[in-house]
Amino acid sequence: MSGPNPPLTLADLPRVLVARVSHVEDDCVICERLRELGFCPGTEVRFERQAPFHGPMIVQLRGYRLSLRPSEARRVFITPLGGSLLP
Amino acid sequence: MNAPPAGSLEPEPGKKIHLALVGSPNSGKTTLFNALTGLSAKTGNYPGVTVDRRRGLMKHPIGDRDVLISDLPGSYSLHAISEDEAVTSKVLKGELDGGKPDGIVFVADATTLQRSLPMLADILRQGIPTLLVLTMVDELKARGGDLDLFRLQGELGIPLVGVVGNKGLGIDDLRVRLSDPKSWTTACAVPEPNTEARFAWADTLIEKVERHPVSASTLTQRIDAVLLHPVAGLVVFLLFIATFFQAIFTWAAPAMDLFSGWMDLMADYVSANLPASMLTDLLADGIIRGVGAVVVFVPQIALLFGLIFLFEASGYMARAAFVVDRVMGWAGLEGRCFISLLSSYACAVPGIMATRSIPSPRDRLATILVAPFATCSARLPVYALLISAFLPNTKILGPFTVQGLTLMGLYLLGGFSAILFAALFKRGLLKGASLPFYLELPPYRFPSLTSVMLQVWRRLKVFLKDAGSVILAGSVVIWFLLNFPKADIPEGMAEGPAHQVQVEQSYAADLGRAMEPLFEPLGFDWKINIGLVGSFAARELMVSTLAVVYAYDPNASIDPETGEPDDEFVGLRQILTTPDPKTGVAPMDFPTAIALLLYFVYALLCLSTVAVIKRETGGWKWPIFMIAYMGVLAWVAGFVGYRLAGGG
Repeated sequence: MSGPNPPLTLADLPRVLVARVSHVEDDCVICERLRELGFCPGTEVRFERQAPFHGPMIVQLRGYRLSLRPSEARRVFITPLGGSLLP
Repeated sequence: MNAPPAGSLEPEPGKKIHLALVGSPNSGKTTLFNALTGLSAKTGNYPGVTVDRRRGLMKHPIGDRDVLISDLPGSYSLHAISEDEAVTSKVLKGELDGGKPDGIVFVADATTLQRSLPMLADILRQGIPTLLVLTMVDELKARGGDLDLFRLQGELGIPLVGVVGNKGLGIDDLRVRLSDPKSWTTACAVPEPNTEARFAWADTLIEKVERHPVSASTLTQRIDAVLLHPVAGLVVFLLFIATFFQAIFTWAAPAMDLFSGWMDLMADYVSANLPASMLTDLLADGIIRGVGAVVVFVPQIALLFGLIFLFEASGYMARAAFVVDRVMGWAGLEGRCFISLLSSYACAVPGIMATRSIPSPRDRLATILVAPFATCSARLPVYALLISAFLPNTKILGPFTVQGLTLMGLYLLGGFSAILFAALFKRGLLKGASLPFYLELPPYRFPSLTSVMLQVWRRLKVFLKDAGSVILAGSVVIWFLLNFPKADIPEGMAEGPAHQVQVEQSYAADLGRAMEPLFEPLGFDWKINIGLVGSFAARELMVSTLAVVYAYDPNASIDPETGEPDDEFVGLRQILTTPDPKTGVAPMDFPTAIALLLYFVYALLCLSTVAVIKRETGGWKWPIFMIAYMGVLAWVAGFVGYRLAGGG
């Protein structure tokens, strides 16, 4: 693949395992709610598991566990922390 | 149903203290509300908004003023993104519940305080005295967490009470504080209203007061390793569904038989002991049997809600929603919708009531639009009668009989149609940006049985009021249609034939004949049409209406061996399949039976469901749409079935 890698989102968390939220997409209703749920810049998120066939995934943040679908997860941008499985 | 609540639950300034209970889902808010109010609480609706409105007076108030507590819908934020969520901020502004509350009780789970504090920041900006209740303080300790509650209270400036709601610990202390919101201290510093500032404020607070972080619940981790496993989780989920069906159909059956037996006894007693008159007839056949048709469902619905609340409070429902989310996602719905569809297999009325837990209005509407396709238990008597009368009981495929497989096929057809039409609606009529799907997975907890029982009791009351009034009115109307205008019965005519003469020239018969052009292509004659009219009040009334129309008298056919009256089914089955000696044609044939079965799979034939849809969607638009589309679908399915089975 040429060009710079596209930025990582929460949907990539299964490959990254642990990450920090860098930002959430602006101006959408869903995004405001995601911020309210705790996806604020700097928040640490930890991957737990994902349902088969690209089903919803479970992540840990701010001391609780949340299940959300990849379609929502794509709106949260992350920077991987240690333990990354990326090449 | 949108009527204002009883006068005793209206907040009157100066006489009652009005408190609003606010908090996120899974914060233990419901258990706390139940522990504080007990049986006094009433469930209703906010005017114009279909969100549960639960209000109750605090038990054993301190001092001379009553304390009225409103339990607001669980929510993660005051920034509402749906109408349902807007209720909380409207109540806090005094727009809905008769004036601003005198105080806000903010309920937060001590084990997830970091997540709840940002919402508390918004609450504190409302300028209403606020008290913080920390629940699950025992669990916090058990999981190694330690919070400096004195420091937290000092930093916040507002009073703080720690409780264990399901064990009643700390409740007495809380009741003293709740009785006097004027004494509550006000908050020290409130952060800016933007999200990031609130979260930063929460993080700083937690850093100050957390002596030791709470560790993950190991029990929950171990259980989830199985219940969320791609294979094992699915197996457990299927077992859960099987148990659910087993419970609502088999375990509830003895109690249901008992209730229907009592109702029959009561009707018989009334007919036997009151002087024979029209009024006695109305009382026995119209009112008591009509009420009976509702009361019979009480054990099943109590069990259904009991299981749902138990699974919800224990934390399994969130897991089940996670497991089925992929399938529901294909239909354009989310995992939570399946709980409503599952409940609808007992009865669509509680199923539609259960859609209140679905946050997205579009998903909720789509679920309501298809919920009546789920094979409710009121269809079972009709299916059982027709299948046993017209399909052979021969074995095919090992132990399975044609009859059993047909019944299973009808159940599957209902469920499959529900999913299919939900997918169609979400891709067409209800297209558009939907709410995000997110679901918190709380740790597994032992539910408070008292709290679950109180919730079941409140739901039952709503069911009896809603379904009861509609079915009662419906069965009285049908009784009237069948008994008027009065026919001239020749002197000395036996009761059976006399009854037949009456039915043949009743208003019901006129109605049935008027419907003939419409239903003739499906093979229905006017007598079956009267049954359809009867099933409008409640589907299971089809069987008893047919029994009346075909003048089947259960007491007339005595079993020669036992000396007992025949089962209603056996007698009616014979009448339906035996050719008339004069014409040589049986009242019903195989293609007609198939058409009738398919008609019952699809048609919205139940006034209580229509009434509850009207209430939950806030108008006549959707119930009328549903009657129309389901009616057309039922007619087409019946017609195709009739032709394929060789009719016409």
